[in-house]
Amino acid sequence: MNPDLLIPIIITLVGASTPILIAGLGELVVEKSGVLNLGVEGMMLIGAVVAFAVTYTTGNHWLAILCAALAATAASMIFAFLTLTLSASQVATGLALTIFGTGFSALFGQAYTGKPIAIFDSVFPDELENHPFWRVVFDHSPLVFFSLFMVVAVWWFLNKSRAGLILRAVGENDFSAHSIGYSVIKVRYAAVAFGGAMAGIAGSCFPLLLTPQWAERLTAGRGWIALALVVFAAWRPFRLLAGAYLFGLVMTIEVYTKASGSMGLFPSEFWAALPYLATIIVLVLISLRRSGNSAAPACLGKPFMPGQ
Amino acid sequence: MPNRLELIGITKRFPGVLANDNVSFSVKPGEIHALLGENGAGKSTLVKMIYGIMQPDAGEIRWNGESVVVTNPKAARKLGVGMVFQHFSLFEAMTVLENIALGMDAKIPARELEAQIREVMQTYGLLLDPHRTVATLSVGERQRIEIVRALLLNPKLLIMDEPTSVLTPQEVEQLFTVLRQLASEGCSILYISHKLHEIKALCDNATILRGGKLVDTCDPRVETSRSMAEKMIGSNLRDIVKPAGRSFGDAKLVVTRLSTVKGGHFDVPVDGASFSVRAGEILGIAGVAGNGQNALLDALSGEIRSENRDAITLDGRGIGQMEPTERRRQGLCAVPEERNGHAAVGDFSLSENSVLTARDRMGMVGAGMIKSSVAKLYTGKVIADFAVKALGPASLAGSLSGGNLQKYIMGREILQRPSVLVVSQPTWGVDAGAAAAIHQALVDLAASGSAIVVISQDLDELRALCDTLAVINMGRLSPVRPAGDFTVEEIGLLMGGVHGGMEEIDAVPA
Amino acid sequence: MLYLTPIGAVLATAIVGAIVFSLIGYDGIGAVREIFLTPLLNPLKWQDLAVKSAPLIIIAVGLSIGYRANVWNIGAEGQYVLGGLAATGVALLTRDFSGPWILPLMIVAGMLGGMAWAVVPAFLKTRLQVNEILTSLMLTYVAIQLLNYLVIGPWKDPMGFGFPQTRMFTADQMLPRIVPGTIVHLGAPIAIVVAIAAWFFMSRSVLGYQIKVVGAAPSAARYGGFSVNKTIWLALLTSGALAGLAGVLEAAGPFGRMVPSFPTNYGFTAIIVAFLGRLHPIGIIFAGLAMAVAVVGGEVAQTTIKLPVAAVGIFQAMMLFFLLASDVLVRYRVRLGTRRELEVAR
Repeated sequence: MNPDLLIPIIITLVGASTPILIAGLGELVVEKSGVLNLGVEGMMLIGAVVAFAVTYTTGNHWLAILCAALAATAASMIFAFLTLTLSASQVATGLALTIFGTGFSALFGQAYTGKPIAIFDSVFPDELENHPFWRVVFDHSPLVFFSLFMVVAVWWFLNKSRAGLILRAVGENDFSAHSIGYSVIKVRYAAVAFGGAMAGIAGSCFPLLLTPQWAERLTAGRGWIALALVVFAAWRPFRLLAGAYLFGLVMTIEVYTKASGSMGLFPSEFWAALPYLATIIVLVLISLRRSGNSAAPACLGKPFMPGQ
Repeated sequence: MPNRLELIGITKRFPGVLANDNVSFSVKPGEIHALLGENGAGKSTLVKMIYGIMQPDAGEIRWNGESVVVTNPKAARKLGVGMVFQHFSLFEAMTVLENIALGMDAKIPARELEAQIREVMQTYGLLLDPHRTVATLSVGERQRIEIVRALLLNPKLLIMDEPTSVLTPQEVEQLFTVLRQLASEGCSILYISHKLHEIKALCDNATILRGGKLVDTCDPRVETSRSMAEKMIGSNLRDIVKPAGRSFGDAKLVVTRLSTVKGGHFDVPVDGASFSVRAGEILGIAGVAGNGQNALLDALSGEIRSENRDAITLDGRGIGQMEPTERRRQGLCAVPEERNGHAAVGDFSLSENSVLTARDRMGMVGAGMIKSSVAKLYTGKVIADFAVKALGPASLAGSLSGGNLQKYIMGREILQRPSVLVVSQPTWGVDAGAAAAIHQALVDLAASGSAIVVISQDLDELRALCDTLAVINMGRLSPVRPAGDFTVEEIGLLMGGVHGGMEEIDAVPA
Repeated sequence: MLYLTPIGAVLATAIVGAIVFSLIGYDGIGAVREIFLTPLLNPLKWQDLAVKSAPLIIIAVGLSIGYRANVWNIGAEGQYVLGGLAATGVALLTRDFSGPWILPLMIVAGMLGGMAWAVVPAFLKTRLQVNEILTSLMLTYVAIQLLNYLVIGPWKDPMGFGFPQTRMFTADQMLPRIVPGTIVHLGAPIAIVVAIAAWFFMSRSVLGYQIKVVGAAPSAARYGGFSVNKTIWLALLTSGALAGLAGVLEAAGPFGRMVPSFPTNYGFTAIIVAFLGRLHPIGIIFAGLAMAVAVVGGEVAQTTIKLPVAAVGIFQAMMLFFLLASDVLVRYRVRLGTRRELEVAR
């Protein structure tokens, strides 16, 4: 294939895949601890608007990402307090969080509509950035490298560390974990906070990576795709990476199909729907293969009630 | 050489019940000591205090001669006490190695832990692949995880809580080998059980509890099964209090080779049970919990349907394939063991709970609608007739005390005048007054011509109520015989799993 | 106490909202006034309230029936879209016909469409124990893409200047206005009827009882002779049908045709309405109105104080947050209440 054609495709692909990968990693950890947080879209929007505002005001991308993470984490703590301490319904609270985040970002973003900022571009030296071949690898924002690093970090945490072991135990059988002596609530608070931070960083990808202008609904439903992605990946970090790029590829095809009218047999809407259909199929496959247990954390979505 | 463990005057009180009443005994180093007693005798409570889960209200615990206070399980483990619970705390989706790591207090790197685990497994013949997922393991293998976990801490006293209730005979064999090896190395073992033949085969010493009190400490190798059973169960079986001149009618409920399919991992299915109950007769089914009683009750109530329509017949009609509502219409009512969540819905009012089972027989439905006034009236009658302490039919079931809820549930079924009533653990956890009322109601119902089946762990209850008796063990039912024919020893052995008599006792090696 | 907390939640939202908005530079009290009070006090706005609350109420009632059975249908938005699509399909087919039978046919088609979209989660849950939250949610986005495809492709109005939209519905295919001079259409009274019917159904019928038992204690339901699986099907198909009904009513009412902007998030907002109304049909009527007030108020505030419409989401979310938080008090009170009962009973 013509390299000139390939490069833009790869850049689009990476741009589409990175935010859902980051958000997906965060939600993966949350769900592994047994909590279902449907507020990912809302937290991403909060992250997006905060990142935009901070970049516009200070021009410092790193600060913007940090603030985005903190803001989204704060929002996630509302969710955590309601669901973990007050045992409210995780589904209702998560949805309320999304609606809240949408409103919040609309409100605060209003002041910035139409005002441009600089993209968070690669920080590597220009020779590598512009090299005809190596730019494929190096001409990417630090956010992209962050996402790849986090895949390994999350994998290591869950499978090789004691803290990750405890987190998985809590999501698997909260009652037994509690009997052994671990604080289920504390572990889940930590997981939700991590998910919030990651969603915030994922949200910051949109103004900093993709569309350096503010508009409402900037994240365009990517939060929901991230949720689908976690299930599609059967809650495993490396599968999440593959899935994110697979979904990203599908999203890229959708974009190109829409722009060029129609590509081949399938309309762009088919590609847009594909990630969700694929996730349902994966859910069915997981259930069929089950021999008494599934890849899903057994306590997913159920509140922890030690008294009962 | 001081005693490894000594309990002096241990007493523990809960609201309404004295769980342990001045219990004292001692365990030497390397001794295998049995703690024997029926359910509710106080064994679990006692052991929970040794392991630090609870504190005694009075009395002293001595460890190697010194007085100690065991504040929590961690402290117990530090002393050198290990415990293997009856109900495992395992994580199905994780490996053996991960499960053991989770149960450890200290952080040990995986490789080192694996090496330690393999060493323990090798030494005691508890072979397992550390990388296998728990979900793929059999129950006996899962228990090995719990044992290895306890052994890794090098315990000086190992407490085993009803370890063989879910094991096959071969697995029991293997477990005994491990325990004997441990004892020979100087580790003391406290072995909680109600299975007389096992205790005779394994243990050096036995402390028998009944009703919270210490009955005796004796040497099971020397004592007869009969005397141990008598101490465990109580006085002679022969004094049954029943109205004289009772006669029985035709067979109302006939069960023929009833079997169910194994539900989950820990489910015990019914295995070819056969019995019949006549009008006016009360049949008791004795057995320790977890031997298929729940499956039997569900198969009779209709929650589990049988393949063979005639496996269960009521007045000659095959009802094996009918679902519960249809069986109730035919005249069969049932009461499962679990009050809140199964027999009744805690969040519903008593009136609403009446609709659950009585709606058909008592005319509470019409044209797909519920006649709440009829339900309210019926509930009021149940409350009045059975002296249920509740504010009224609108009281939430969950707000009633255990005894009152049970009275309501039994009343709800009995006042439907079923021709067959099957109940499971009718007075478990119920105070003496309510229990007496329930017993009287059952006797009265039988006297009016119904056939009753009582499934129970409580031998006193069965003695008081039943005309005929059978024992259930691992889903199999012993032949039904008149209650008076059974000796205490026989019942004890049958409940512990010995069918058919003495041959099986010899089969367990010394 | 159970019924005061939703009111308390709304009040708390108004107060906190006013403070927060003031802090960030908007006229806080003005914002609250415009959002919460103006829609209630300005008669011109009542028709908007009726129109906006009707679909919320209908969907929420359906969802609440499911939630009572412990069946978590999150895909109401998708079922709503399918309802609209099914109705549109019938409308396009009957374009050349006329008569009073067309609209009822569309309504039935809409309900069937919504039900059809609930079949997959129901089947997967009962047969394979697949979590219905995930399946119903995924299908929502599939539905939206289906809508886009149809409206841009096969169903596009050939005389629509290339805009992505279907033909307008004919007079026979539109919902009649029931209050002359306003935009209040048949959907409003239908919503009330649906809520009252559901209330009757849940509190008096055996099926309603069955649903409640399955949700409270599945073991007890089996003991009582009820089939848990059949109940799950019933719950999902009912909520799907009602969401589909809302879809038809919106398509044949305010929209009058099918367009890509048809999904207006009613399906998700209705989930909040269901909780705010405590899963009780009458409560849902009030909760639906409250949400509609917030939405209509948001539109008002956009013109008068330049508040972006989406900011209303903050108020909606706050209402739910406060309600969920105050639920703790209710539960605590209930526990105290029952303890008192026990003491008296002894």
